[in-house]
This record gives sequence, C-alpha cells and structure tokens, in this order.
Amino acid sequence: MHLAYPAVLAALLFCVGVYGVLARRNAILVLMSVELMLNAVNLNLVAFDVWLRDTLHAGQALTLFTIAIAAAEIGIGLAIVLMVHRNRGTSDIDRLRDTAEPPQPWDTATEDGATTDDTPTGEKAEATA
Amino acid sequence: MIPAAQAAAEAHGFLSPSGVEIAFLLVGLVTLGAAVVTVTTRQLVHAALWLVVALGGLAVEYLLLTAEFIAWVQVLIYVGSVVVLLLFGLMLTKAPIGRSPDADSGNRPVALGVALAAAVALVWVVVDAFRTTWIDLDGAVQGSTEVTGATLFKHWVLPFEALSVLLLAALVGAIVLSRKKEQER
Repeated sequence: MHLAYPAVLAALLFCVGVYGVLARRNAILVLMSVELMLNAVNLNLVAFDVWLRDTLHAGQALTLFTIAIAAAEIGIGLAIVLMVHRNRGTSDIDRLRDTAEPPQPWDTATEDGATTDDTPTGEKAEATA
Repeated sequence: MIPAAQAAAEAHGFLSPSGVEIAFLLVGLVTLGAAVVTVTTRQLVHAALWLVVALGGLAVEYLLLTAEFIAWVQVLIYVGSVVVLLLFGLMLTKAPIGRSPDADSGNRPVALGVALAAAVALVWVVVDAFRTTWIDLDGAVQGSTEVTGATLFKHWVLPFEALSVLLLAALVGAIVLSRKKEQER
C-alpha cells in the first residue's frame, strides 16, 4: 500500500479536529474534536510502524499508550466539564471568561493593579454561587 | 526522480491501486466524512453518534494495516467507552436534543481558514515526502495479538506500568472532581 494514503488521511483528520476545537462552543464537542486529533496521530503511528517493520513495535506500543492517555483525558475532562456545569449552569466555553484580561489602554495597564477592580463582578459572583 | 524511486514506482504503479488500497480509500472517505459531520452538525447527540462512525472506520483502517490488536482496542475503548462517556456528559450537562443554534462559536470563519491552511500545508508536505514509499503488507503480520503482547511485555513493561499508575491517578482525580462537597449532601 502506498504510504501516502494513511498519511494524508491522518493529516486531514487532524485538520478536521483542529477546526472542531477552534469552532465549537460546547465543551463536550471540543473534547470530541480532541479525540479526532488523537486518532489521527494514532493512525500515523500505526502506519509508520507497519512501514518501518520496527522490531520493538514502538508505533503500536505508543498507539496503545495514546489510547490509554486519551481515555484518562476524556475522564478528567468530562469531570471538569460537569463540575463547571454544576457551578455555573453552562458548558459554553465562550461564556467562561473569568480569567480573561479586560481590554485596557496601554497607559493604565502599566500602572498598579487598581485599574482591574472595575471589571463587572456579575460573572464572578455567579462563579462562586 | 532517483533510480531507486523510479524502480519502486514501476514495481507498484500509481495508476493501478491494489485492492487493499481501494478499500483503504473508501473506508477513509467514510471516516473523513463522518469526522466532518461530527464537527459541523448542530445536533449534539448526532455529533457523538457520527464520532462512532469515524472511530469505527479508523478501526477498519487499522485492520487493513494489519494492526489487528490496535483495531480491537480501538473498538473496545473508543467506541465502547469514550463515546458512551461523551454521551453521558452530553446528557448530564442537559444538552438540547435537536438542533441547537449556538453549537458553533463566532470564530468559525477563522477556524475554517486555519484548518484549511493546515490541511493544505500538511497534505502538500506529506505527499511530497512519501511520494515514492510503499508499505509492504505481505509477509509476517505486524500487529497480531501475539506479536503486540510479546513486544509490549518484553520491551515496554516499564512504560506500561507507569501508564497504569497514570490511569489510577486519573481515576482518583475524576472521582475527586465529580464528588459533591460535604455540606451539599
């Protein structure tokens, strides 16, 4: 088999995953896109392992490790998403902006941190509720 | 083209794909289409179900690449548990059944541009690099359960054990994160 077939398929799957991570708004859909990217990497590892006929089978062993780490990642990620949903009532990552820096002009941003106190506190109050 | 590459191209041929290549191409098209539907559909549960198609298609690709054990692990772990976990997550976060108009955020054109640029660059580089490379699928099977198990427990024991500790840590972390606090009970 031509090596370009699995390599091109893996590259395209990875780019689909990149699009999903950047364009999706629901946190669980972002996690699905991350899974697609990890699977693209797995396909590359398997294809190159079969091509190189590695005696240690590093590609297949690393694929198994990637699958296990992806399972751990999805567990932790879903636990975090569920906790965020329980605390804030949303899993919409566009609305989780508590750590975002407020837009400031440059001259006030270089002074002391007193200028950051006039940010709207409504969302932070919602965070601690 | 250097002589060795020319000889390889004559031995295999670009315009006469083998049966395995045709099967790989068809399953790859299905996989890619399912992945695209996964990241573009507006129905959240349908996205998880199309993800099953994409991951199952990848398992078939592993089988075509003679990596048998990886294929079954893929079916067991991804299709069996990860997608079920994702569906549970969608249900527990009260995802709307049916079309949700705000599934995509506002930076969708930028995301499309980035993804297309990355796709063009990666495909160009990969095709240019591996134009004259062929996988030899004949001979001894590369990824049967016996071979994979032997190499995994002969050469990769220490990473394997470290990975099991990591999985345990992730399990404990997930339980701690999702547990309710004492006063909330």
